[in-house]
Amino acid sequence: MADTSKGIDELETAQDTARLKRVAIEPLTRVEGHGKVTLLLDEDNRVQQARLHIVEFRGFEKFIQGRPYWELPVTVQRLCGICPVSHHLGAAKAVDQIVGVDALTPTAEKVRRLMHLGQTLQSHALHFFHLSSPDLLFGYDDAVAHRNIVGVLADHPDIAKQGVLLRKFGQEVIRITAGKRIHGTAAVPGGVNKAVSPQERDELLPQADQIIEWAQGALELAKRILFEDLESARSFAAIDTNMLSLVRADGALDLYHGGLRALDPAGQPIFDHVDYRQYGDYIHEQVKPWSYMKFPFIRSLGPDAGAYRVGPLARVNTCDLIDTPLAENARQEFRAFADNGLVQSTLAYHWARMIELLHCAEGIKILLDDPEIMGHELRVSGQMRDHGIGVIEAPRGTLFHHYEVDEDGLVTRANLIVSTTNNNRAMNRSIRRVAVDHFDGREVTEPLLNRIEIAIRAYDPCLSCATHALGKMPLEVELLDAEGQRVSRLYKNSKGEVGLPDREPTPRGCYIGD
Amino acid sequence: MIEHFSLDGKRIPFQPGQTIMDAAMQAGEYIPHLCHNPEFRPRGSCRLCVVRANGRSVAACTSPAREGLEVESDTPDIQADRRSLLQMLFVEGNHLCPACEKSGNCQLQAVAYYCGMLAPDFTHLYPVRELDGSHPDFVLDFNRCILCELCVRASRDADAKGVFGISGRGIGAHLIVNAPSGKLGDTDFDPHDRAAQVCPVGAILPKHKGYDVPIGRRIYDRKPVSLVGDVADHQEDMS
Repeated sequence: MADTSKGIDELETAQDTARLKRVAIEPLTRVEGHGKVTLLLDEDNRVQQARLHIVEFRGFEKFIQGRPYWELPVTVQRLCGICPVSHHLGAAKAVDQIVGVDALTPTAEKVRRLMHLGQTLQSHALHFFHLSSPDLLFGYDDAVAHRNIVGVLADHPDIAKQGVLLRKFGQEVIRITAGKRIHGTAAVPGGVNKAVSPQERDELLPQADQIIEWAQGALELAKRILFEDLESARSFAAIDTNMLSLVRADGALDLYHGGLRALDPAGQPIFDHVDYRQYGDYIHEQVKPWSYMKFPFIRSLGPDAGAYRVGPLARVNTCDLIDTPLAENARQEFRAFADNGLVQSTLAYHWARMIELLHCAEGIKILLDDPEIMGHELRVSGQMRDHGIGVIEAPRGTLFHHYEVDEDGLVTRANLIVSTTNNNRAMNRSIRRVAVDHFDGREVTEPLLNRIEIAIRAYDPCLSCATHALGKMPLEVELLDAEGQRVSRLYKNSKGEVGLPDREPTPRGCYIGD
Repeated sequence: MIEHFSLDGKRIPFQPGQTIMDAAMQAGEYIPHLCHNPEFRPRGSCRLCVVRANGRSVAACTSPAREGLEVESDTPDIQADRRSLLQMLFVEGNHLCPACEKSGNCQLQAVAYYCGMLAPDFTHLYPVRELDGSHPDFVLDFNRCILCELCVRASRDADAKGVFGISGRGIGAHLIVNAPSGKLGDTDFDPHDRAAQVCPVGAILPKHKGYDVPIGRRIYDRKPVSLVGDVADHQEDMS
């Protein structure tokens, strides 16, 4: 396998930034949340540094401390307006463990699974049709005013309409399972507070075949776009990484539950079927001074070699099968594309995403046909425990929710590793790949900058979810004189200690002597 | 002979000794309120029930009805005053409906909807208040207390326990628990106490139950507070 990291890793931090020209892409468009990319260019427009920054800040891990555990599934889903269901269910899986429940009733599990398939369907449709299809349909260099969903509506009304209606169907599945289209409350500790009524089922089931047909069309579209200019699509923002996801006990794709599987770039297992409650033994997080977002890595491989990708590309690569027939056929074709090795092309995220869209459409029909979603056994209970860890495959990738509670049932500690955080290192490497391949020595133009955004959009990042620690962000402040010379410098480390960079930090205060 | 007063032009009968609020409630006429519950002695502290009686502003829950009194309640200026009062209640505590398990079962939220309060115009104070989870069955979330004193009166007058009190003055006033430790777990507070059932907001909450009743099936989800009545009347719908 070619080493695609060559030449890009040193672009994380330039040696001497004094003479470099700064170009910022801010705000990033057609992504969830607020982020920016900064590029430092030398006199010959060669890129010396490229970074993806997340500029917003959420603080959830901190402000849920002291709150009751039973409100977590509802509170933490406010992290996001696009995939709140994933946070709702991730937290619910964790609080199931807190109330001593390891297995739900069939009705509760199927209602939750149906909710999650609806969520993934609507999120994937939103991402592919609304956010990414303008680049893919019109090309990187299309006029900015046209390169958006309105442009798609004008030029390809059928495609745009299908995208809107696919998303609407997913939202309706969420409504009947979660109680509301956005920020529902159905998943409660040990189960659900409502089942699906026959009337609700009958509203949606007649539409299921049409949705499957449109999902097949979306998959064909994603493939056609990728194969139109295969060589450039294959190399665009390409990096070779490890991949991580949940898989079912038989190796099947499972978005709701399973064990952790990590594969190296050659497709060999790093670990497999790991109980996700042991995630701390396998995944660590690194903090860097220039980003609000942490950098997770596979512990046994270290911070650099241990970087991995999550999300549709990882899931369709790591699983051994998909248990719905149309999506399984598509998976086999996908893996054959890389001679059954891992498909590493960043733009193949869209292909994998549409395979999952089809899987969701098929899975929703199967569950709507299952009478157990209308059952009456909704909840179970057990002996209270002092912690719980819930892991789920959110649309954008593996999502970890970890809570500890005291004997009063109030949260004492929380750790959330969200999908976009898992992809942080990979996204940074992908934009450096684009910078090296497309920028060096050329005059910076809007279409060039859009290439950076296209690389980021392929991952479907949700930037708002990704920053949530409070009081731990390392920060460095520089004071410059009128000539731009540094007068003094101050920093705060990840423990909140403040000091000068060349002295030991003090927890009590800071040196402002010079 | 039965005596009458008028409320927004309607003739309201009353018995001697009844307040304007008593008579209005008995006649099925709604005057917005939060601190009033006919089971307990009126307190007149929330000021939401202030009406104009013969041109004078009075609290309906503490003012006696009188023959021939002309009472105005549902007028644009009085409703505007109520919205301002509600806004102040919202900004004094941490009333975050989207993240509150009482949403849909909350009288403060319901009265705010009834009076047309959309968002506070005042600056949020964002007080820092910790929860008391020491009791095995109940949790106190002081962030949401509006100092209505219903729990104080219920515990003292109905339960004969005196578990709750209000300490401090003005903006420093706050709910306290009558135990050396200040913790609810160190009192004889019981889930069957009346004080456990009268809180109009999400300050006194049963543990482990937050979202047992789905959104959409809660007491104020389908009908306004003017038709449904107070939280304290609907304990059977809350769990």
